[in-house]
Amino acid sequence: MAKFDLSDDSVVVVIGSGAGGGTLGNELAQKGVKVVCLEAGKRLDWQSDFVNDEWTMFGKTAWLDARTTSGDWRVAKDFSGLPAWICKTVGGSTLHWAGASLRIQEHEFAALSNYGAVDGANLMDWPLTLKDLEPYYDKAEDKMGVTRTNGIPGLPGNNNFKVMEAGAKRLGYKNVHSGRMAINSEARDGRASCLQLGFCFQGCRTGAKWSTLYTEVPKAEATGNYELRPEAHVLKVEHDKNGKVSGVLYADKNGAQHIQKARVVCVAGNSIESPRLLLNSASNMFSDGLGNSSGQVGRNYMRHMTGSVYATFDKPVNMHRGTTMAGIITDESRHDTSRGFVGGYEMETLSLGVPFMAAFLNPGAWGSEFAADMDEYNHMAGMWLVGEDMPRESNRITLNSDVKDQYGLPAPNVHFDDHDNDMAMRNHAFKQGSAVYEAAGATKTIETPPYPSTHNLGTNRMSAKASDGVVNKWGQSHDIDNLFVSDGSVFTTGASENPTLTIVTLAIRQADYIAEQMGKSNI
Amino acid sequence: MKKPTITRRKFLQSGTLTATAALALVTSGAGLKAQTWTLSTVELTKHEAATLLAACRQFYPHDGLGDLYYAVCVESLDGKAAADKGVSSTLKEGVKTLDGHFSMAFVDLSDGNQLEAIKAMDGTAFFGAVRGDIVVSLYNNPLVWRHFGYEGPSFDDGGYLDRGFDDIGWLRQN
Repeated sequence: MAKFDLSDDSVVVVIGSGAGGGTLGNELAQKGVKVVCLEAGKRLDWQSDFVNDEWTMFGKTAWLDARTTSGDWRVAKDFSGLPAWICKTVGGSTLHWAGASLRIQEHEFAALSNYGAVDGANLMDWPLTLKDLEPYYDKAEDKMGVTRTNGIPGLPGNNNFKVMEAGAKRLGYKNVHSGRMAINSEARDGRASCLQLGFCFQGCRTGAKWSTLYTEVPKAEATGNYELRPEAHVLKVEHDKNGKVSGVLYADKNGAQHIQKARVVCVAGNSIESPRLLLNSASNMFSDGLGNSSGQVGRNYMRHMTGSVYATFDKPVNMHRGTTMAGIITDESRHDTSRGFVGGYEMETLSLGVPFMAAFLNPGAWGSEFAADMDEYNHMAGMWLVGEDMPRESNRITLNSDVKDQYGLPAPNVHFDDHDNDMAMRNHAFKQGSAVYEAAGATKTIETPPYPSTHNLGTNRMSAKASDGVVNKWGQSHDIDNLFVSDGSVFTTGASENPTLTIVTLAIRQADYIAEQMGKSNI
Repeated sequence: MKKPTITRRKFLQSGTLTATAALALVTSGAGLKAQTWTLSTVELTKHEAATLLAACRQFYPHDGLGDLYYAVCVESLDGKAAADKGVSSTLKEGVKTLDGHFSMAFVDLSDGNQLEAIKAMDGTAFFGAVRGDIVVSLYNNPLVWRHFGYEGPSFDDGGYLDRGFDDIGWLRQN
């Protein structure tokens, strides 16, 4: 592994090592670009630190720094200090992601054109199209080993999938399969084949699921162009008198502060920390925060329309056995306003173990009805509903000066109000999800409200015009040429698909652009 | 998984056994006769502990689970109370309120009246502290998982690939 000097101003600093930052850093290092990756979390060893235990792994991986919430979303009431369930570790949220890898659809990239303006929503077309991204989607799918692409077979369906599939087919759904998953259905790229452990959210103990922790990061280190500094929490992005970013201030694991000089800075801290960092980097020259001349930094926070349906059956299902999310119905992910809303949603298998089921089935619930539902645990099947939510300027990350983090910096407040479209879609999805299970013979269906957000999007949105957003179609700041954003916060709209594949795709594409621009000495 | 720290030998020497230690003993496979454990608290009185034990069962009533598992929850609460005076006073005051609801000790109330007394406390710090703690301490217990048919960790057994991940046989195919 390379080691770069703090004063080395020829390096690209990448903040974060998850799907976006981890991929970008490796892609740059492969091209010979020198990269320092600053990761706030620890480096876990997947072979010794990962255990099949929900709360233990939550404690080891979750981002638990101070955060506050507001708005009418139920998460603000049920989990007021935990708006999002994302990871603070090397590998970021690729440790706990489920592996679902779907391309955003053509019509979703042009949401405003296709849906029309929606009251109370800030819809916009992406400054790029599916066609622009297709070659990069190809590369991402190959890199991640996505099943049902590149000749990779689908994963075998588990019990939970078989229940969903039986109901879906009886209901007339056509597009039902075990998913496009970045989980090996056969050994590939030095990683093992899935053993159906059932703890996809707890860090994959076999390494069958793609995570930057044991793919991108070690591959980058092997180039000799890449230095990873774990437990390096970036506090501020600094700039010079010409308004170019010049380095970053970070705290190491002992709390000692350092400045790493940089030629280029790429922010990939997920959609809460990335805008927070830009806002916390305000200076005399950029009094509203870095890259924020549009005032859009932190706005248009999206978290996907989500919800879950669990159903109980007379006979056992044992949904906990096997891959958590290897099962999908895509029929509802179309744009069809006859359903009473714009955009669409996916239906994906989901299971939780007893510890998390108790906490999330109906947060705050207690008493005999709840206990009776829990008693049905091994007779339950479950699905997650994930769809496009509306970007709203008022749904945003702001700095909460009343609450400070461990470094004395204002904590992020996450404000979210459900849009009517989100509620209409969730209502439809609850009905359809229940109908699937009823068609399979369910004795009872349970509608579960959204969990803390795992899909955090949109707070540094990509736009064609500088006045409409934070970054251009390359993820480059409209205001500062050598400042980039490299995570899901660049999403212009949310689309209905799980976002990781697109984050990786954009990072691969961005690496080409950054290397090219550096080569031309434009940055 | 944390290995139990108590050995059968230690148990025999000590003579009494807390619910938490009893649970560790059962987990170790050493076996445990009925009624050989005692609900043991440091900060909470016997009466407070007994009241919370009954309250825990009202929160998450599973007839298939013996008091041992609920007692572990009370010991977890006691541990928090011993470490934090604020928690301690919240719990102690809460027990008084439960006892005062019908001017009768909560433990002597009928099932329905116990439920009513707890419902009346919804929204209080006591209610939140107790429910929030036991929803973890009760359901995060591998012995309790058996009751629900949850088989838990699978890596050491090679996952569920050869242990029934797709063994469902009752679905009608059309």
